[in-house]
Amino acid sequence: MRPVVVAGAGSIGSLLAAHLARVADVTVLTRREEHAAALRERGLRVSGRGDFTARLDATAQAAALPADAELAILACKSTDLEPLAARLEGTLPRATVMTIQNGLGAEEIVAAHGDWPLLSGVTFMSGTRHGDTHVEYVLDTATWIGPYRRTSEADARRVAELIAAGGLKAEAFPDLRPAQWSKLVFNATVNGVAALTGLPHDFHFAQTEEQSDLGHLVRDLVDEGKAVAAAAGVELHDDPWEMNVLATRRGHRHFPSMLEDVEARRPTEVELINGALVREAERHGVPVPLQTALYRLVKAREASYSA
Amino acid sequence: MRICVVGCGAVGSLFAANLSLLDDVEVWAFDLDERHVAAINRDGLRLSGAGEVVGRPRATSDAGEVPPCEFGIVATKAMHTGPAIAATAHAFAEGCVATVQNGLGNEETIAEHVEHVIRGTTFPAGRLLEPGHVQWDVKGDTTLGPYDERTPLAEVERLADACTRAGMPTLAVEDARGPQWRKVIFNASTNPIGALTGLTHGRVCERPDLRALVTGLVDEGKAVAAAQGIELDADPEELIDHAARPEVAYDHKASMLQDVEARRPTEVDYLNGGIVRFGREHGVATPLNAAIQALVKGVEASWTQS
Repeated sequence: MRPVVVAGAGSIGSLLAAHLARVADVTVLTRREEHAAALRERGLRVSGRGDFTARLDATAQAAALPADAELAILACKSTDLEPLAARLEGTLPRATVMTIQNGLGAEEIVAAHGDWPLLSGVTFMSGTRHGDTHVEYVLDTATWIGPYRRTSEADARRVAELIAAGGLKAEAFPDLRPAQWSKLVFNATVNGVAALTGLPHDFHFAQTEEQSDLGHLVRDLVDEGKAVAAAAGVELHDDPWEMNVLATRRGHRHFPSMLEDVEARRPTEVELINGALVREAERHGVPVPLQTALYRLVKAREASYSA
Repeated sequence: MRICVVGCGAVGSLFAANLSLLDDVEVWAFDLDERHVAAINRDGLRLSGAGEVVGRPRATSDAGEVPPCEFGIVATKAMHTGPAIAATAHAFAEGCVATVQNGLGNEETIAEHVEHVIRGTTFPAGRLLEPGHVQWDVKGDTTLGPYDERTPLAEVERLADACTRAGMPTLAVEDARGPQWRKVIFNASTNPIGALTGLTHGRVCERPDLRALVTGLVDEGKAVAAAQGIELDADPEELIDHAARPEVAYDHKASMLQDVEARRPTEVDYLNGGIVRFGREHGVATPLNAAIQALVKGVEASWTQS
């Protein structure tokens, strides 16, 4: 089987590692040694939409990663990407490296630490971690992959096929930016509003009956994001407003990660999501007063953790 | 002269206790908090802090007990104006009713129930420590003016004179919208930012990016005021910077932040919501105020989840 590395074992990393371990030789890179030891001893259990326990290798030492790995998926949160990429410097000589972080700019962060061929990924699936060796597979939506540096659509397709063979949904695209930007605009809006209001992504986000209903603000924020995408020359793959309406109609209440982060008083992904969108707007001269306000408010909310 | 304070929370208590010290004024205090009412009738209404006062207003939770009054002073939270004035309106059939509340629209609500309405804005502040006892945090001026031509300025002057003699410096003016809008713009541009971020007033102001957002909100409010021909009595920006000083209110948690932390309904509909409403009526766009109102309403909606 092909040697594959999954770096980062949060919910997305754990879902990828466990499923890939059915069709590839997976090594997980963790931050903590006891996490790696637990994975080696007990394997990684998947519940929810799956029900199996994957056997895989794990290490907390980047230098101990298999030198023959062909693929490395960096599945940490965007806030942890810079230190992770730094740890990987000089390792994985034969690997194609794939980012899967929210927002924009993950590829550039990784590119600064090595000359690996790079693939871009965005994922719409979701899971909940129930400890170091158990992840619940919640939303079985797809992961989308496209070429970024010295890679082709065919490379993206091979990785998508491998992920699909493991039992997850994946699709390859010739250019990932339309999908990446759709998710960027969606995430900047939904995560930011959820983090500030404390509301899970529910019906309020699409409600537009009263003048002060949240749906008006969500639509205005999405419209600003669409204007930035247009100015950047990106034709969106999906309309983020439609994505929002569909997601709120699914009936269950999804807690966006930025909301969970502020409730736990952790650093959020605001820089690579809202910050990235606002910086793109500046670069292209598009006024985005509402997205700017949202970005500043979430940054200030993070600042409030230190009283 | 008989005056009834409607809503005897912190600000209402400042008026009720001080006015009750005057020999020529009989003060009634209407409040739904029966423990507060009982404590006032038993031990008097005590103020500590910026002034030490024990007043003896007659307090009641039964609006039917309030006799005919020459003046009313409404000091409830803005969302309670309607029920409070509906219950007490009978006492003001011949009198004038002043609002010293936060926000926009209180005068209109009161005018649905009584004929003579006085627009007012007050800066003193305090907080209820326990039933019958209010901490007087800051002294400050009050401005009163006729809501419309039905209210004679002479009556406004009579009430202002009583308040001033009682130690609550009060000015009677023809058009009280300037101070009202200055305070509304100040509150609407700073309170919700504190409420959404958890930061004190000083910390909001020392972050240049947030301070710029505050100015964006202030500018919308100023444009709406200007479109109505309202001349602000001073620039709200000065008040904002003044309050941010360490010796003034750097560490102050805006009342809306306190409301959000205690999961109480906020006054956002009467602050940012009021600016949005008047903006729409006068053709002035207020996207930032609308966004802030929607976010704070979202915070309130989140409490009924889970």
